[in-house]
Amino acid sequence: MSVSQGETSPITTTPEDRAGGGAGAAQGPPPAAAAPARRPRRGRWAQRAEIAVLTGPALVVFLAFVIVPVVMAAYYGFFKWKGFGPPTDFVGLENYLTIFRDPEFLAALRHNGFILVMSLVLQGPIAVVVALMLNRRIRGRSIVRVLVFVPYVVSEVIVGTGFSLMLSTTGAVNDLLEKIGLGFLAVDWLADPDVAIWTLMLIITWKYIGFAVILFLAGLQGIPDELGEAAAIDGASYWKTQRYVTLPLLGPTVRIWAFLSIIGSLQLFDLVYIIWGQYVASTAGTSTMATYMVANGRNAGNYGFGSAVAVVLFLISLAVALVYQRYVLRRDTEGAITEGKK
Amino acid sequence: MATVTAAPAPERAPGVKAPREPRGSGIGRGGPLTYVVAWLLVGVCLAPIAYIVIGGFRTNAQITSDPSGLPDPWQVVNYVEVMTSSLFWQQLGNSVVAALLTTLGVVVLGLMASYVIARYSFAGRGALYALFAAGLMFPMTVAITPLYIMIRTLGLMNTVGGLVLPQIAFALPTTVIILVPFLRAIPREIEEAASIDGASRLGFFFRMVVPLSLPGVITVGILAFVASWNSYMLPLFILNDETSYTLPLGVQAFASQYSVDTARVLAFTSLSMIPALVFFSLFERRIVGGLTGAVKG
Repeated sequence: MSVSQGETSPITTTPEDRAGGGAGAAQGPPPAAAAPARRPRRGRWAQRAEIAVLTGPALVVFLAFVIVPVVMAAYYGFFKWKGFGPPTDFVGLENYLTIFRDPEFLAALRHNGFILVMSLVLQGPIAVVVALMLNRRIRGRSIVRVLVFVPYVVSEVIVGTGFSLMLSTTGAVNDLLEKIGLGFLAVDWLADPDVAIWTLMLIITWKYIGFAVILFLAGLQGIPDELGEAAAIDGASYWKTQRYVTLPLLGPTVRIWAFLSIIGSLQLFDLVYIIWGQYVASTAGTSTMATYMVANGRNAGNYGFGSAVAVVLFLISLAVALVYQRYVLRRDTEGAITEGKK
Repeated sequence: MATVTAAPAPERAPGVKAPREPRGSGIGRGGPLTYVVAWLLVGVCLAPIAYIVIGGFRTNAQITSDPSGLPDPWQVVNYVEVMTSSLFWQQLGNSVVAALLTTLGVVVLGLMASYVIARYSFAGRGALYALFAAGLMFPMTVAITPLYIMIRTLGLMNTVGGLVLPQIAFALPTTVIILVPFLRAIPREIEEAASIDGASRLGFFFRMVVPLSLPGVITVGILAFVASWNSYMLPLFILNDETSYTLPLGVQAFASQYSVDTARVLAFTSLSMIPALVFFSLFERRIVGGLTGAVKG
């Protein structure tokens, strides 16, 4: 989320520099070969026209389909509204009070928190170890890298459909456990409230760990070999070298990944909604804020309430992002979200 | 998303053997344990996929009597049935059209806007960039309810337009952030040379900028394509007619409609993932390069 943007770039030319060059095209008269003589006024207008023509379409689409809906969500959130005609039943903060008094929402929020923490705890260490291993010279390394990434590319719907079939009580997983004599481990993976959230964690880990591995591998590519060699000469073992030399240098990549993972955990929707559907998710203990929003917003026809949930979801994500930015990412990047809001 | 520092490293052409391992690519050779763990991991990653694909070759009777067994005998009837159903091809077509239009829109709009942000200097340039970058803070989840109302008001329900326009809009922030450094990195000398040769700024854009930024363009195009191909939430809201479904919705509808016919569901599911897997294997380096280029700290 953080993009450092220099106010002036050394590469960008100043208007004076380019006034002549760009004059012709946007205006009617063809640029005569001898045109590049400076004509500041005309050039300025030509440049403005170019800027408008080039940025206009993107800006219109972006404002219309991103910014306006987000603003409307904030607006609708103050109304009790069924989605037909203009919203008129202004209820102030009532929707928000309802949200925070609803045990179902609070449960969903807890689930999001659990998923957030467990994603970091499960995926982070595994992905680091795997990335370190795949960073060594082994035969078939590039194939392994591709295959590890496959779950990330397959769509959530396919993952959800496949896993719900495999994990049903009479599905392949329980059957396999019986076969290898571990029948006592067979449980109702999807419906048992004690188990379901862990099942979800397993699926999430399976689906998204490839992304973490690929990121970490890219980070490792940027660490010079010489450092490891120097440590080896000083007598450090392989794992010691990794622990004290490589890992600290991988820090920025890990912190960026953790940021993406946190935001993804807070917004989680597809997998839960596909596997558990709109109603089962809350009884199985896997509902998230986003599935709560869809179930109690659009599906219930309460568009005002759904919008209010969206706002809450956004504010929570934003708060977490800002805190993370402030205390964790700050040492890596300058001028990120916090600065960008100025 | 992170600071995008520079253009992603040049890609090796697929199939061309790496001359030697690049610098910094690892310390030492892996021992046997490394191989075991690596291939164990591959097995874990592929097992569910294999279950889906192989399951499609079984009959429901086989699946019921032995849920985790292999096909015995192998049946192709499920696959044949799915591939002869017009609904599957219809939904595949919908997915292809939506993904291609999204990609085209993202590339064209994103490249034009990024070009202005990268190479024109004017008041409000920083604000423009910040506006697009701020878009990263608004995932579609937050906007989906009003977006649905808006699409419905515009009469775009069940249309490709209703799907593609929001997808383009939500892909623009990443696109701008990846492309701006790319375009900024084009040396000014080239622009001056083109100008001396009589090219206008727009001529320079089409003749020099577009070809030179091709790697970045391909990356953002692929990201947009894959995102559109797999997108679930937006179609869920916008499309409610089976013939307008994209494949993800189609898979889900098929799975609930034929919930007793597990084998056919598995066949439908595995056929619907083939396009994405083919696409991924073709552009694997680009996708990985794009992600790492976009996110590298």
